[in-house]
Formats: sequence, structure tokens, C-alpha cells
Amino acid sequence: MRKFSSDKVPRKKLLSLHIDVDRFLPATSEQKEQQVTMLPSTTFFKDGMRKLFKKPLAVFAIVVLSLMVLTIIIAPRIVPYGYSEIIKVEGKRDRGLKNLPPFTYSEMEQEAIDNGADIFPHIFGTDELGRDYFIRVVYGTRVSLTVGLFASIIVLVIGLLYGSIAGYFGGMVDLIMMRIVDIIYSLPDTLMVILLSVVLDKVIGESLHGTAFASIGTNMISLFVVFALLYWVGMARLVRGQILSIKNNEFVLAARAMGASNWRIIRKHILPNCMSVIIISTALQIPSAIFTESFLSFIGLGVQAPMPSLGSLANFARGGMQSYPYKLLIPAIAICLIVLSFNLLGDGLRDAFDPKLRR
Amino acid sequence: MLKYALKRILLAMVSVFVIMAIAFFSMNAIPGGPFAKEKAPEPAVQAVLEKRFNLDKPVMEQFFLYISNIFQGDFGISLKTGREISTTIFESFSISAKLGGYSILIALIMGLILGSTAALTRNKWPDQLIVFFTTLSVGMPSFVLGTLLLLVFSLILKVVPAWSIENQNYVLPIIALSLYPTAHITRLTKSSLLDVFGQDYIRTARAKGVPRIKVIVKHALRNALIPVITYIGPLTAYSLTGSMVIETIFTIGGLGTKFVTGITNQDYPMIMGTTIFLAILMVIMTLISDLLYRAVDPRISFD
Amino acid sequence: MNDTPLLQVKNLSTSFPTEQGVVHAVNGISFNLDIGNTLGIVGESGSGKSVTAYSILRILTDPGRITGGEIYFKGENILNYSEKEMYDFRGKKISIIFQDPMTSLNPVYTVGNQITEAILLHTDRNKKEANERALNLLELVGVNDPQKRLKQYPHELSGGMRQRVMIAIALACEPDILIADEPTTALDVTIQAQILELMQELQKKLGMAIIMITHDLGVIAEMCNEIIVMYAGRICERGTADEIFYNPCHSYTKGLLRSLPKFTKDREKLIPISGTPIDLLNMPKGCAFAPRCKDAMQICLSELPKEIPINDFHLASCWMNVKKVYDEVKEGRKNG
Repeated sequence: MRKFSSDKVPRKKLLSLHIDVDRFLPATSEQKEQQVTMLPSTTFFKDGMRKLFKKPLAVFAIVVLSLMVLTIIIAPRIVPYGYSEIIKVEGKRDRGLKNLPPFTYSEMEQEAIDNGADIFPHIFGTDELGRDYFIRVVYGTRVSLTVGLFASIIVLVIGLLYGSIAGYFGGMVDLIMMRIVDIIYSLPDTLMVILLSVVLDKVIGESLHGTAFASIGTNMISLFVVFALLYWVGMARLVRGQILSIKNNEFVLAARAMGASNWRIIRKHILPNCMSVIIISTALQIPSAIFTESFLSFIGLGVQAPMPSLGSLANFARGGMQSYPYKLLIPAIAICLIVLSFNLLGDGLRDAFDPKLRR
Repeated sequence: MLKYALKRILLAMVSVFVIMAIAFFSMNAIPGGPFAKEKAPEPAVQAVLEKRFNLDKPVMEQFFLYISNIFQGDFGISLKTGREISTTIFESFSISAKLGGYSILIALIMGLILGSTAALTRNKWPDQLIVFFTTLSVGMPSFVLGTLLLLVFSLILKVVPAWSIENQNYVLPIIALSLYPTAHITRLTKSSLLDVFGQDYIRTARAKGVPRIKVIVKHALRNALIPVITYIGPLTAYSLTGSMVIETIFTIGGLGTKFVTGITNQDYPMIMGTTIFLAILMVIMTLISDLLYRAVDPRISFD
Repeated sequence: MNDTPLLQVKNLSTSFPTEQGVVHAVNGISFNLDIGNTLGIVGESGSGKSVTAYSILRILTDPGRITGGEIYFKGENILNYSEKEMYDFRGKKISIIFQDPMTSLNPVYTVGNQITEAILLHTDRNKKEANERALNLLELVGVNDPQKRLKQYPHELSGGMRQRVMIAIALACEPDILIADEPTTALDVTIQAQILELMQELQKKLGMAIIMITHDLGVIAEMCNEIIVMYAGRICERGTADEIFYNPCHSYTKGLLRSLPKFTKDREKLIPISGTPIDLLNMPKGCAFAPRCKDAMQICLSELPKEIPINDFHLASCWMNVKKVYDEVKEGRKNG
């Protein structure tokens, strides 16, 4: 090889660098440590939350959802109307109360107010039967959110149990369980939902009569049954896949070597490791359940009248949409906001918690 | 590949059988049965029903006779109209197929274009615009979008005429039906492309001196398309069920409308027949997309 | 000897702006490479070896940017080339083989397709001629049954075979320089030896220069006549293989060598380098190795060491060498 060129500092010249001899003293280990700036240590959860709250869209979603939940809790206590109550003015029926625009009173109400009565304003007006539209939208939101939440919980519980059993035991158990999942997975879910809703409506309709379930309606029950029967397979597959990949890790082997029971290994070692993926997919399941509910309401298989859901409100509003477009827009915007918020929240959670995305 | 295909076809056949069984036995579980006398309007129809659905035979035999009839293209008759269900299906399905087919095509083309654009302009304005669009689109139920489109463009602005048999204008229904899958495919394509861009073989291609455009088209896109292909099955299912809503909104007399009318009328043979027909179609499309997926990816087909 | 080196890297700096801050992967490194020579770059993961290689070919992935310096190939600064000119440069003048042959080949195209692609891009051979060339190349790199291999997909080949295919692709247009980025790390030990042997053989046959990037000192000792030791994106020491191995003058190199097992009679204990590699986001003011260096002095913490010659074939940037000169002088004064 060629000799190094002479543009480097030659040895002799070093003496003229005026270096203080004290600086050749050894550095202490404290001094060395100061050089290394450590990142503040955080737990997985804290770090994820910090990342989540840094995302403006995720924060927006959390704020919107919190406001909605607050509204559906508080509004029924403030607004003096029931969701199925046909409003009467001083005990008398009022024909003028139908299809009022937002924040207006009927003639009879106006008279009553002039006479000193205190009448709560119709924030979103009234519907074609003379019911307060605001409270109907509030209850509709409540129904839609409940459906979304419960359906996801059902899916979560069944999918988690089924998936962890299949994934953990493996072998023949897994093979048979996953064949069943394959078959259910290959069924067109929406069609099956429609079919089962049609049937369950008739089958369980009679037996529900007079029980607490009657008020939420057979369609709602059948919707949950359908979710319990069909929609858990996606979650089961996800959980099984996660468990299979975690199961083969050394720390699980170590736990087993120390004599930990199967249940303990699942609970202590496997579940915490696939938690983030499960939470994210549950958050994303909620809007899809709300979608399904509104779709069923639309084709006439949703909640039982007079109980409103956002889907059924929007569907009924289609009738007079040229005259009262706001009646369509209000529930439509509510659905969009809920679904959008859950989607954004799910995306935010994924970005913040999914270890696979971390570099 | 052959082994996989056979396995997959077997699964599809089992699914079809399960669907038929669910449809038939759940309908039979309805108190009084799906063909209960009071639901048939006329004695003449009633008599035909008895004969067509072999109501005098035991339930299991009814079931197998029903299945074999279906494979001969006989779906029974409607309780309400007394017409052959198969005739209704084949008459109205062409309209639904047109609507669904165009929507699928548009969703695929638009989704791929938008998804690639977003991936290539990551974090720049086109990407941000596309992310905004997809985020909004997946949060909008198709019936809301359909109704709004109808309201604004047909009823208020009157720029697009409403659908009618004489004037079959599919523009608005197709937009309403394809927006959600477009957004979904866009997201899928984008994430898949970004994933591929990070792969080592893309670096190899660049290091060979392959021009950027060829790296994208030849090396990245083909790999990125693989997950999109698997979405074709669910996409078909979405379009077919979605068209029920869209057809009802735009008063298009397709199979979807007939199905929804059947539900409203509690016309059980109609619901059963249409469900089975649509379900078979969806199972076949899923089968095709799964097989196509294996065919495109050499890693799997040679296993 | 011709005076302009084949490849001359001057003060190259590369960084990656990220959300957390700017990662300074390469910080002003310079080196030369002459025709037919083999240059080894050693260092642990994150020391900037691979980034240096990618910078030379300008194939950094987003958001990587070359922030300073010049890269001269046959006297021309390739940093001034347009992207279009680079297409004609990559794979033809300089090619590269990567660490993981499992993932470096495109899974959906046949081996033949991927070799001929480079040939068709850079030469005016037609498809048939390119195929013949590909066949010859596979023979050259020692792939058995090349006719069959051409039509196979990467997943049907073993790791060693795939790396041979990668080498075939890299050699397709007879480049002047072959960069080997940890070419044997992902392979079995027996295969490693075969691949290294193959590369030496090919170098003799084709006369190209090689830049060998590795963290494996054994590989370097076998292959290279000049060695660069990198830490935290800087060069800490460079020289001939003999100088580096038998006369290491930088604490980091000494540490590296101490952590290497020797097959001598006396059982020496292996001494690992303590601490973790430096965080490239927050580079210290002084020597980057100082926090892990057992000989660190006050000056190491506050001032970057300068590169000073140990002899004609050996340079090192370590304050210890300066101290040594001082001590010698002091000693000399006492004695004299």
C-alpha cells in the first residue's frame, strides 16, 4: 500500500500543541458516565401513553368520545323529555309540535311560555310524531355505543379464550379448533347476520316477552348472539397467532422449567405480551360493530321501535330528507364522528403500543 | 399448489354446505316454519309450496331435496308473489352485478393509484391529503354517503338524474358503493408498499442501477400487490351486501332491493334463496382470490 | 503508481434526521482505495460501516442524507452526479453485495431474471446474450447446475447459493470496485470460508478492488492489505493488517483484539469491551469511545483526538499516542 500522505499532524509537531499536562490525568468513571446521556427509562405502558397523547388526532378522538359519553350520561338527566315521549303541552296534545326545526317552539308552547310556563327548548327540533329529536339522538348514540362496546367485549372474551386454548395446546386440539374457525371465517358474515337476525327475531321474540331484555328488543339480542357466534373468529385467529409466536420464546420455556402451571403461563407470560395487539384490535372492532348495527337498522333489522339507534334515525329521516335534511345529517354526523374517533383512537394505539412498529 | 387448491376447494364446499344448513334449519326453527300456512296469501300458492318444498316429507329429507333443487337452479317460489325465485334472482342480479362489478373495478384501480401515490409521497402533501380522505371515508357508512349524494346531486342540484329503468345512471351509486373499499385498498396498498420499500431486495435493485421508476413498478409493486389480492374476496362480499343498501336508497331494482323487500315482507323462501345464492358467490370469489394469491407468490406455490 | 487513487473519500458525513433528532451515522471520514487493493472496514454494529458503503453508492434509505464531503471515483466527484448518471454508475462501476442473502433477492423473480436485469441495464447485450452471460457468471461463482438455477426462485436455493447469486449479480458488469457488506455474517462457518475464498479467487481473476466491511476480525486478517477501524462514525485507526493486528495504537482497537480468542498455548482470558455503543443522537464532545475506554483521560472527554502517524503505514486518533510522545520527551529530558 502507498504511504500515508503528510497532511496529518506529524509526531514532532505535537509538542508545539501547547497541551496542558494535567489533561493527561485519568478520567474518573463518574466523568465517563456523564458523557453518556441515557434516555429516561419508562415502562412500556407509560411510554405508549406518552406517545398516544402526542398524536393530535388520537387526542381529538379521545376528546370527542369523552364528550359523547358525558352527553349521553348527563343529557337524559337534564332534558325533561323521554325518547319515546310524545310531547304534550300542559297535558294537551299539540299537533303543531310535529317536525319542528331546531330551537323553535310550537304555537301552543309559545302561548304557554307567554303565560309563564317553563318549557325546555327542542335543541334539534321534534320528529314527525312530536318527540324531542335531541333526546332521541342522545339515546340513539347511547344504543350505538353500547352495541359497539358489548359486541366487542363478546368478541374479545370468546376470541381470547378460544384462541389461547388453541394456540397454547397446539397439536390435534389446535388443528380441530382452527378448522372450525376456518369454516366460520369463510362464511359471509353480513349475510349470516341478516339471516340469523331474521330468524332469531321470531325464535326468541316470544320468550323475551315481559323480561328486561324486551326493552332492548329482540333484534339487539340477536345482533349480540350473531357476534357471539360469528365475529369472534378474527380475534381467535389473532390471539392464536400471537400465542404461537410467543410460546416458543425462551422465557416461556424457563417458566415451564420452574414448574409453572399452564394457566399461570398463559396469564402471567403470554397474555401480557400479546395485550397490545388485542387491545388495538378491540378498539377497531367497536366501529365495525357500530357499522353493522346501523346497516341492520337500515334494512329494518335493527333496534325495536320506539327505541332509536343512530342507524334507524338516519333511515327514518330519509323519508323527509328534502324538507328536513338536518334530521338526516345529525345522526349521520354522529355515526361518522363515533366511527372516525374509534378508528383514529385505534390507529393511535397501534402507533403507540405495537412493538413491531418500534425501531 | 395442487394440494393447497384441493384443500381450499374442499373448504369452500364445506362452507357452502354449512351456509345451506344454517339457512334451512334456522328458517325451520321459526315457530310454524318458514312456509307456515297463514303467510301464504292464496290457496293456490299454498298448494304449490307444499309440493315444491316437499312439506309432506321428514325435515332431513326436505333439506336434502332443497339442496339438490338448488344445484339444479331451483330456489323455490316467493311467498308473496308466487314467482320463481330463480327467475327473480337472474333478472335482478344483472343490475346488481353491474353496480358491484364497476364498484370493485373502480375501488381496485383508484385504491392502487392512491395507495402508491401516498407511499411514494410519504409525509408530503399528496400523502396527507390521501390519508385525510381515507380516514374520512372509512368513517362514513355507505347509506349515509348514498343518501347525501342522492340529496345533493339528484334532488337539490339536479345535476345527476335519479336511477330509473329507462335511464340507468350508475354514477352516484357507484361512488357511494366504492368509496369505502377504495379507502381500504388505498391504506392496504400504502402500508404494503412502504413495507416492501424497506426490504433488502429493493436496496439490491437500487444498487444494481435499476432506475427508480423500474424499481417501483417491477420490484416493489408486484410484491406489494400480494396482500391486495387477498382483499378481493372480502371486497366482493362488501359490494354485494353494500349494494342492498345502495340499491334501496337509489331505488334500483336489483337483487339487493329484492332481498330487503323480502325481509320487510317476511318472505322466507326469498330470503333463504337469495342468501344462499349470494353466499355461494362470495365463497367462490374468496376461493379465487386465495388461489390467485398463492399463484402470484412463488414462495408459497412451491411449498 | 498512478497518483489519483481509484476511489477517494474525503471528509464524508452522513446523517439521518429522525423525529427524536439527527442521527450522525458517519462523521467526516476519509480514505483512499487503489486499483486491485482490498480495504477492510471493521467496527461494531452502528459504527457507520454500512452507511459509508451506501453513501458511496448513494443508496441511502430515507431519511438518510450525505451532509458533507466528496467522493471521487477516478477523479470525478460522484456526489455531483445526477440521479440519472448514478443509474449508470451503480452496478457498473461499483457494485455491492449485502449481508443477508435470504432477503436481498427479490422473491417473486427468478435468479436468471435478476442477474440479466443488471446485464441488460448496463451493456448492449440482447436477452439471449445476457442469458449466456448469466450462465457464465453462475459457473464463475461456482453454482452447480447453472442452467437449472437460472429458472429457479431465490427461496429454492440455500443461503450459500444465494450469496453466490448475489456475487454473480454484482460481477455482472465487471465493476472496478466490489463492496462486500458483511458478506458472510449470515452464513454457516464452512460456507463463510468458501465465499471468502471465492472472492479472493475472483479478485485475482478480474483484478477489481474490494472494500470488505465486517465486524469479524478473522475475515479482515485473511483478506485485506489495508484496514480501517471505525467507531461511532469516525475512523479511529488505520494501517496495514500487520500494523493493526500486531501494533494497535487506539484503545478501541486494542479492546477489539483483546476480545478475540487466540489459539495459542497460554490460555489468555478474553476481555470484553465494557459499556454499550454510543448513542449517535447525542454524540459526546470529545472522543466517542472515551466513556467506555479504560485508559480515558481528561482531554479525551473534552477534545476530539487528531489523527497522527505512528509510522509510514499506520495512523491512529487516540490521545494516548500524544501522551506517549510527551512522556518520551520528558523521559529524554530527564536522561539527557
